Amino acid sequence: MSTTEEKEQTAGEQGGEHGPEEATHEPVKPGAWRFLIPIVAFGAGFVSLLVLGWVIFPHLLYGEKQQPVDFSHVVHQEAVDEGCESCHFFREDGSFSGIPKLENCVQCHEEPMGESSEEAKFIAEYVEPGKEIPWHVYARQPQCAFFSHAAHVKMAELECAKCHGPVGDSDHARPYQYNRLTKYSRDIWGWNIAGFKKKTADRMKMDDCAECHEESKGHKDACFVCHK
Amino acid sequence: MKEVHHKGHGNEHHKGHGRTYKYGMVIDLDKCTGCGACMVACMAENNLPFRKDNTNDRLTQNFWMRVYKISNGRPFPDSEICYIPRPCQHCEGYDHHHHTPCVSVCPATATDYSHETGIVSQIYTRCFGCRYCMAACPYHVRVFNWWDPKWPKGMNKYLNPDVSVRMRGVVEKCSFCYHRLQRARNKAYVEGRREVHEDEYQTACTQACPAGAVTFGDLINPKHKVYKLKDSPYAFRLLEKLGTNPKVYYVSTKDWVRKAGKVFLGNEGRG
Repeated sequence: MSTTEEKEQTAGEQGGEHGPEEATHEPVKPGAWRFLIPIVAFGAGFVSLLVLGWVIFPHLLYGEKQQPVDFSHVVHQEAVDEGCESCHFFREDGSFSGIPKLENCVQCHEEPMGESSEEAKFIAEYVEPGKEIPWHVYARQPQCAFFSHAAHVKMAELECAKCHGPVGDSDHARPYQYNRLTKYSRDIWGWNIAGFKKKTADRMKMDDCAECHEESKGHKDACFVCHK
Repeated sequence: MKEVHHKGHGNEHHKGHGRTYKYGMVIDLDKCTGCGACMVACMAENNLPFRKDNTNDRLTQNFWMRVYKISNGRPFPDSEICYIPRPCQHCEGYDHHHHTPCVSVCPATATDYSHETGIVSQIYTRCFGCRYCMAACPYHVRVFNWWDPKWPKGMNKYLNPDVSVRMRGVVEKCSFCYHRLQRARNKAYVEGRREVHEDEYQTACTQACPAGAVTFGDLINPKHKVYKLKDSPYAFRLLEKLGTNPKVYYVSTKDWVRKAGKVFLGNEGRG
């Protein structure tokens, strides 16, 4: 018997006995609970679809990779003098070095400096063969976007953490997630699957750039300011 | 969108952060030999693909900078020719009514006029290829990508990383090498300057011209060369009567060239 028929039958029985029931205050007959079946079925479907959308779908959409070396910013922050710019520096022509190349690492790490197993692995796998580390870049923007670190860090004097979050305080490299369809880092869309953000560093979409430009400059700026 | 354009505009020249520029070009047609170095330099700089058969075919070949040849149509010995290099004219329109022809018709807001630099942009990821702008542009500046770009094997390593490669189905055009301005600004910012020197921002065609016919700079900055050159009595702009207010000026001492460039009919011309 299908659920609909059940429902009709239940409704019919109830309708027929409604009057006397109310008048005599007799206890509810066994079997009247059947009207719950469609509600429970709907609830179960609703909840399972919510789980599918909010828990399983992100796993389908986003792939996850571990960084090749578990890098600790905390350890390095203590060892360097000039903060972030010790390794992430500006070149003379105004371009930004971004993630350091192996040659920067080798300046200190030709020999192991500590006893960490990650460092030993890093030296054996990358320093000795002279191989660049294939870092996954959390903040890599699409190719049509132009971003000037000089304008933001040197001229507007923004903190790195304003866009990148407190990366400098991380003791381990967090997993890198990427959208399987677009191949962009999940940091661009933001880690909240609904796209909500609480802090400026939670999302790196065009709207987030425009929001800050509008606040600080009074207008969103022309297209070519950020596009190439 | 329109209100946004109005903001930040006005007589803010020499006011630091809100300073505006009008980048433009003065091309001396008396010096131009028609060698085409500007076209080649532009293609190399801006990642324009080329094909084996480089005939004048708009289906297969795109140019951002194009050299046109005109003649006075007279028989020898009076015949004369003139080459007209034509980049995007970066039309401003008069009284800031946003009458840049291509910008006003774009349904996707894929192109806009920057009141800060006076440069008309083209955002390839936003363009969906309706080609209204091509119809609207009186200078035939805009070109459509009928094909995905292809380069000879290995040549993709020589692409300019500062310029996006365009896909099939979008419109593209000269950007006055805007990426060069961005690069120059980066350098200025790192050195603690806001202003970019005249020689730091020059377009590829300007630098490539062996005859020195192309001059590029800020049209409203008296220190820049273009400031004086554009006021030459021999200066004119293409199709001036349309009211597009372009930022590319041409200089020619030849009367017939000036007349041809303006394309006035009958008594319309005023000099």
